[in-house]
Amino acid sequence: MPDIPVQDAAYNYAYLDEQTKRMIRRAILKAVAVPGYQVPFGGREMPLPYGWGTGGIQVTAAIIGRDDTLKVIDQGADDTTNAVSIRRFFARVADVATTTRTEEASVIQTRHRVPETPLKEGQILVFQVPIPEPLRMLEPRETETRTLHALSEYGVMQVSLYESIARHGRIAKTYNYPVMVNERYIMSPSPIPKFDNPKLDRSPALQLYGAGREKRIYAVPPYTPVKSLDFDDHPFEIETWSECCALCGSRESFLDEMIVDDTGKRLFLCSDTDWCQERQGVLPEEPPK
Amino acid sequence: MSSALGTHDIAAGFVDPPHESQRVFRGVLEAFAHPGRIVTVADAPAAPGLLCRATAAFLLTLADRDTPLWLAPEFDSPEVCDFVRFHTGAPIVGGRAEAAFAVLAHDQLLPFDTFSIGTDTYPDRSATLVIEVPALGAGPALIWRGPGIDGQASVAVAGLSHVFWLDWAANHSLFPCGVDVVFAAGSQLVALPRGIAVES
Repeated sequence: MPDIPVQDAAYNYAYLDEQTKRMIRRAILKAVAVPGYQVPFGGREMPLPYGWGTGGIQVTAAIIGRDDTLKVIDQGADDTTNAVSIRRFFARVADVATTTRTEEASVIQTRHRVPETPLKEGQILVFQVPIPEPLRMLEPRETETRTLHALSEYGVMQVSLYESIARHGRIAKTYNYPVMVNERYIMSPSPIPKFDNPKLDRSPALQLYGAGREKRIYAVPPYTPVKSLDFDDHPFEIETWSECCALCGSRESFLDEMIVDDTGKRLFLCSDTDWCQERQGVLPEEPPK
Repeated sequence: MSSALGTHDIAAGFVDPPHESQRVFRGVLEAFAHPGRIVTVADAPAAPGLLCRATAAFLLTLADRDTPLWLAPEFDSPEVCDFVRFHTGAPIVGGRAEAAFAVLAHDQLLPFDTFSIGTDTYPDRSATLVIEVPALGAGPALIWRGPGIDGQASVAVAGLSHVFWLDWAANHSLFPCGVDVVFAAGSQLVALPRGIAVES
């Protein structure tokens, strides 16, 4: 018998105290009002280490309610450690229904993928972000990157993409590929593969990004233009595969490469487990508790 | 503005704050994510003084001791001040530039830049103005465009003058700085974030 989640009475609803939730909620509203701008917030200690989704969890905790259905994915999969533990966490502290089906979810917390199934209006996609500042590897000083954003002075980013072309013959960045939001702010889309970048553009769903260690929240409202940076003679391109998924035969999804034996035999599989199972006609298992 | 709690009854706040404030917040978030959409605030409690229910629910959900509140004279009554102080702890301030939230009436508007508009480096440090209007979905319809709107939206907000929309154009031109506005009527809200351009 699966456990029926019962809210843990030792904690406030959704773990965070109400004052913290109000602070995060105000930051979220300002983030939505200024798409792509990173709003500082008073990030709290969470009961898991930085790098495991503390920012995403705080955003989810501030928005989630008993009417929601939560899906959590880690690299596209619903059944990996990070996804399972975060889903159990919210089932326990927020008494919330969980699902693995993308279309059933009202809130989807994600680490490093955007689901293949197109998102709908009313859904909220919460990204776990390790390094929110897209310019950080080019300019380590926060005071400087903040000024660059204020002045919309993004030449340094274009130069870095140009250097990549000069060195590799193409823009070699494959994940965390920088985007321009609403023609104003350059934003890190979190380490999603660049394959997912087009899904961010004018998405009907609301995108919220939470960075726990760096204590930043940013957002992309529905239907907001999100353009992947490129050059006229080196247009943005997404990954393609010569293979199809070994389980469902998909040619339009993001594929993971797996080594399956000692002789180096390889298989390609959909990264999005829900998408793959749906195509195979496999009924979802009960979400792991 | 009275400085101590009065002896009259203070209007009730939320009965179940974690869940009611969560539902109200999701309504406000929907309004910000879809500017121009009329959102009905669930669980809005009876409001004190001349405040409408949506404004009261908005303040109960988002105001606290960290958010100085400025009240237009029309709303600066003992009932409202006691309600705000008792339920939220938000300091009620006389200086508009200090306010994180402000409540205004549609017919006694002030230039937006007398409130905090944020800075180029911290545009999030701007005020959010709740403007009470006679009705939403009534009055002259204007075309809104910007983030959150698929193409364009035709939005009607009653009781606003031509001057208001001129001021709004000036506020919008400050982007990414500028104030954000929430229109409130009864238990309904419409958000107008700074990024929205309005054809007037």
